[in-house]
Amino acid sequence: MEIPRHWRLRQQRYGLVGEACPHCEAKIFPPRDICPSCGQEAKTLYAFSGKGEVYSYTTIYEAPAGYDENAPYTVALVKLNEGPLVTAQLTDLGDQPIQIGMPVEMVTRKLRQDGDERGMLVYGYKFRPVLQS
Amino acid sequence: MTTPQPQSSPTLLKPSRPVGIVGYGAYVPRYRLPSKEVARIWAGGRSGGLPIKEKAVAGLDEDVVTMSIEAARNAMKRAGVDPAEIRAVWVGSESNPYAVKPTSTIVAEAIGAVPNTQAADWEFACKAGTEALVAAMALVGSNMAHYAMAIGMDTAQGKPGDALEYTAAAGGAAYIVGPAEESLAVIEASYSYVTDTPDFWRREGQKYPEHGQRFTGEPAYFKHITEAAKFLMEANGTTAKDYNWAIFHQPNTKFPQRVASMLGFTPEQIEPGLLAPVIGNTYAGAALIGLTATLDIAQPGDRILLVSFGSGAGSDAFDIHVTERLLERRELATKTQDYIARRTEIDYATYARYRGKIAMK
Amino acid sequence: MTDIIIAGIGQTTVGEHWETSLRELAHFAMQAAMLDAGGLRPQALFVGNMLAPNLSRQAHLGALLADFSGLAGIDAATIEAAGASGGAALRQGYLAIKSGMVDVALVVGVEKFTDAIGSSVEAALATTSDSDFEAVQGMTPTAQAAMLMRRYLHEFNIPADGLAGFALTAHANGASNKNAMFQKAIKLETYQKAEMVSEPLNMFDMAPNADGSAALVLTRRELLPTGFSHPLVRIAGSASASDRLALHDRRDPLWFEAVQLSTGKALKQAGIALDQISLFEYHDAYSIYAALSIEAVGFARRGQGWKLAQDGVIALNGKIPCATLGGLKARGNPGGATGVYQAVEAAMQLRGQAGANQIAGARFALIQSLGGPASTAVSHILELME
Repeated sequence: MEIPRHWRLRQQRYGLVGEACPHCEAKIFPPRDICPSCGQEAKTLYAFSGKGEVYSYTTIYEAPAGYDENAPYTVALVKLNEGPLVTAQLTDLGDQPIQIGMPVEMVTRKLRQDGDERGMLVYGYKFRPVLQS
Repeated sequence: MTTPQPQSSPTLLKPSRPVGIVGYGAYVPRYRLPSKEVARIWAGGRSGGLPIKEKAVAGLDEDVVTMSIEAARNAMKRAGVDPAEIRAVWVGSESNPYAVKPTSTIVAEAIGAVPNTQAADWEFACKAGTEALVAAMALVGSNMAHYAMAIGMDTAQGKPGDALEYTAAAGGAAYIVGPAEESLAVIEASYSYVTDTPDFWRREGQKYPEHGQRFTGEPAYFKHITEAAKFLMEANGTTAKDYNWAIFHQPNTKFPQRVASMLGFTPEQIEPGLLAPVIGNTYAGAALIGLTATLDIAQPGDRILLVSFGSGAGSDAFDIHVTERLLERRELATKTQDYIARRTEIDYATYARYRGKIAMK
Repeated sequence: MTDIIIAGIGQTTVGEHWETSLRELAHFAMQAAMLDAGGLRPQALFVGNMLAPNLSRQAHLGALLADFSGLAGIDAATIEAAGASGGAALRQGYLAIKSGMVDVALVVGVEKFTDAIGSSVEAALATTSDSDFEAVQGMTPTAQAAMLMRRYLHEFNIPADGLAGFALTAHANGASNKNAMFQKAIKLETYQKAEMVSEPLNMFDMAPNADGSAALVLTRRELLPTGFSHPLVRIAGSASASDRLALHDRRDPLWFEAVQLSTGKALKQAGIALDQISLFEYHDAYSIYAALSIEAVGFARRGQGWKLAQDGVIALNGKIPCATLGGLKARGNPGGATGVYQAVEAAMQLRGQAGANQIAGARFALIQSLGGPASTAVSHILELME
């Protein structure tokens, strides 16, 4: 059981909460306490909007243990509007073809269960094509 | 034995200070299973007498938690309130991912309402969400809280081949209750009619529910909805003509049409809220998502009657008045019909995989 | 400054060694290296391995392998840097001798992929990425490489079969390496028709994970046994660099900064220029890694690395021979043992023992092993002494 590790990250997983550097304005996700742009301390929390675009993607058929039940699934590198790149699954694609540059938005979905059907459920961010309104 | 009659003289439920809906949000997943697909597998492809056209099905990575979070976020967008002031996040459902550990705690965490909040889950079959709505009215109306959130959401399951499999669907809605002076729709009053009527239930440890077939109609659905509606309207001095819109619990297409007619409502009055034909019966979400679809098109000054029904059994009735604030607030999040229009048709095999009906061990 | 010599080399074939355990596999290579070194006895053992605790439920390999090879009592530990573990273990052996504290060091890389079966291997490989922000998303090293490849093809307008040259070169070279997993050349059509693994990456864009062990004996020149007959190969440069672990944290995901840094440092130590390199053993776990390594080392401009493979520049008779004994693609990818295999193969080239694959007049070899998508890059320059 891996409860503490997932529990510590719930703000990041549910709310895409990272950091904003108070020195150079860079937005940081995942949070890392030292700003990767200017090297100074950066601990101010910042909630990202969840909007971004696809930088690259691929579909996984041979999934690692714990993810096999959801295969095949698509993973992507998503460039958030605020700057950082994140690794996440794409979901709710329907028949829509994916393209580099496609606008996407964050949704909270089930990532996996911890272990088997008795284990904790791990929720986190995925991205889907922006819902037209 | 006669039908239970109210003891003494019950009154309408009205809180000490006026309350209403400051934000609302719907959610429907994108997958659709046509009824005729179920009939193809279980009824030799018989195409007549299907209860609805198609139902909404949750994807592999969705459940009541994820769907409630999206509906809650939509409600937050419309309400524009500080999540720290929401003192209750209450999810009503009969398909929570955990039997013990409330969905509500995860939703509360995701929208930032923690730690100063109530967060238990509610259960009363298809009226779990509206029960939570009454409680939210009470929490705000008693001045204990500035805002409270009530959600009705389900990823309902039907036994394979059973009549309910055609309609048991996924979807629902979230409501943020707050002071009337901040509301886009004021809830003037509510009334609940509840008895011990075993029309549909699921025993602990069982995977699928049992239902009483024809017993679920007249003694259950029709009885409780009509009693609740009639009491509310009589106490208010109103009839069906005084309302612009009405939403009734919608387990299929015919039941809400019939009960509307019994109470004097026209097909036009229930049309915007009647979603069962295209998304199925979303159980605890059903009446509440009918309301979001209605709010999506209603005009300031409109009056709405909402009556839910939950097996076991009971109905919650609400008298709702739309304010000026609805017009600009409803544009701030995805509309119900836009979720409904987002559609990927699936076949029975895909549905069986998505709903975990294929034995993996 | 004393010269640190590769006195002995040893290796097993790379493949599915169902019948051989991890300790037996390592023992074979260690014995062969010690024999090749003329019987020098090490004071320290450095083990390069990445996944034994996961796949074989066996940690503590230093003590285990020292013990099993009759070396109980010596200084022994495992060095782990994902796929660069072998290179990192070699670096530790080098540093130990350079410090003057160790006279003879034995470096062994070993990996037993076949000890675990099924999706648990993929899950084990994912532990080399960022567990909290990459692996949890169901990401795998292959998927990372596929996304890099897709972006590379997109940014530089490269045809879908643009990276074929890497597989073709590797297989052509592996054909005459008796230790290689694949000993057969392939045609371009084979690459073009290959099954997709994770689009756009096909079966020939990734090296096969397999079991293997390779070992080296390092010592100072003055400690070589009398009668030592091999041409002297010294370690002229040794450098390691790390980059942000997660691919999404890179300044530019298509630039292997750690490769650039470690190569630069190694060249400086060796006191040579890049054009003096006779052969380059890159970490072609994926064809895209080979392309990006070529660019970050400086053999090609950004976005042009694939052309060197396309145009035959990296062939045995080309200007910059690469993967001269098959590389990871044809020799096989034995995980944490890779960096040691690269050193063994480079030593063979410099000694003139590479048979049909011999690069004539080879003087300086650049070998480089990567952890993840160059989150770690360990570079060594080996030199044939006059």
